[in-house]
Amino acid sequence: MTPLLEVAGLTAGYGPVQALFGVDLTVTEGEVVALMGRNGMGKTTTIGAVMRLLPAAGTLRFDGRDLLSLPPHRAARLGLGLVPEGRRCFAPLTVAENLTVAARPGPWDAARIGRLFPRLTERRRQPARTLSGGEQQMLAIARALMTNPRLLILDEATEGLAPVVRQEIWSAIRELKTEGLAILLVDKSLRELKALADRAVVLERGETVWAGPVQDLTDEMTDRWLGV
Amino acid sequence: MSRAGTVNAALLAVLIGGAIAAHLAGELFVVTLATKAAIFALAGVGLNFALGYGGLISFGHAAFFGLGGYVTGILASHAMSGEPLTTLPYTMNGTNEMLAIWPMAMLVCGLAALAIGALSLRTSGVYFIMVTLAFAQMIYWFAVGWPRYGGEDGLSFYVRNVFPGVNSMQPLTWFAICTGLLLLALVFTATVMRARFGLALQAARRNPQRTVAVGIRPFGIRLTAFVLSAMITGLAGSLYADLNRFVSPAMLNWHMSGEIMVFVILGGVGRLTGPVAGAMLFVAMEHLLGGVSEYWPALLGLVLLGIVLFAPGGIVGILTGGRRRV
Repeated sequence: MTPLLEVAGLTAGYGPVQALFGVDLTVTEGEVVALMGRNGMGKTTTIGAVMRLLPAAGTLRFDGRDLLSLPPHRAARLGLGLVPEGRRCFAPLTVAENLTVAARPGPWDAARIGRLFPRLTERRRQPARTLSGGEQQMLAIARALMTNPRLLILDEATEGLAPVVRQEIWSAIRELKTEGLAILLVDKSLRELKALADRAVVLERGETVWAGPVQDLTDEMTDRWLGV
Repeated sequence: MSRAGTVNAALLAVLIGGAIAAHLAGELFVVTLATKAAIFALAGVGLNFALGYGGLISFGHAAFFGLGGYVTGILASHAMSGEPLTTLPYTMNGTNEMLAIWPMAMLVCGLAALAIGALSLRTSGVYFIMVTLAFAQMIYWFAVGWPRYGGEDGLSFYVRNVFPGVNSMQPLTWFAICTGLLLLALVFTATVMRARFGLALQAARRNPQRTVAVGIRPFGIRLTAFVLSAMITGLAGSLYADLNRFVSPAMLNWHMSGEIMVFVILGGVGRLTGPVAGAMLFVAMEHLLGGVSEYWPALLGLVLLGIVLFAPGGIVGILTGGRRRV
């Protein structure tokens, strides 16, 4: 089966500073992959490169199509839905407007979003900047879903949220998994990742050092690479 | 009605009510001043489309204001002289029909904006400001150096162009035509800014990368916004030419770009009726203070400074008392 997302020998950097030295990563249809590693090991950079927001080289394919030859907005339209780190909604726009901007035809529409995150329906007419952190995170996920992605990329989706809200977000992500959406996930909560992800990819100093089923991650490995 | 809606309605009521009251009192000059304010407001609505909603700080909108004016002046002068505009590839005559002139002015401005925008939108920030300024000044110097249509002296036409069924020389009628177009432009802006295109434009102003990540290319929507903005300002230029029955390179000069920007900033950047408030205040100050001293722009400068420092939402921002929603 050809992978949905295929990353091999990916290098990328910020100006003269190289940050990725060879990232290998695949996500197949319906699979949840956890991208792991300590701070500064290149997780967010990898996501930026996959989204074509950073100049990159190597192999980067989505559904068999070469992403590196596409301008970033075209890459996104193939079906990459990004939930960026730190939420980042369109702050002055209302909840409904945030969703309208992103909307692309497909099974996800405002009504279905409303079933996933009832709170967003209550706040439809409120500017995004007036939402709580958790609600903004829900909106960021909702906005990505409105593009009807084939792969949802979540960068630290539960960072800095209250435990109750984190659980709400996790249960939404679980629901998306049940529906068969492919998800690439970056998070610090090892326990949750182990419960949810099918496979894990571990980065160290901008390189993939380990990839495999998430159950195969031993404590010794997590100590060494994740420092927990 | 929301607070912003009330303020919008009130500002338009002041403009329209003021003109009708002046007409009833026989103060025809005040009706003409209100017409000038409506036309400036329309130019500002055009600029606000790009600057306020799209964050595109164009310092070259005089180019479109002036082009709209010149299209009007040239067509009218050919209609007057009966000489065809061109005989190649086919004979094209001048016209004094507003309904023919407006689309032509908007078309010319739209095409100019397409060319200018396609080049200048590759830059951003201060470079965008400078590139738009440079294009406008190019057109300005071209007009100054082209004797065919008056060069530096400008071009006069003696009768205002005609609008079917009414006498456009009658001040209140002419005011109604200009204000009608202003209202149309406001409705158009409000509608577009609530639609996906307008929302994406505003989103791209805040963060272009985020819009890319949802699959929208900022360049395309910005170029579209720039073209629409230029067409609205060009229509205002056409009306301004008809108001004075005169066009000159001054309409193309960077002073004019600055003035249009002042209407927007005084009234409120990115506020629907901001340019209406700004243009009314500008025309009122020009009339009331201009009679006292020729240095009245110094006071305007102080007002502008006060607004920028203490009320970045402009007059509309003060009246609605809130942060701008978009």
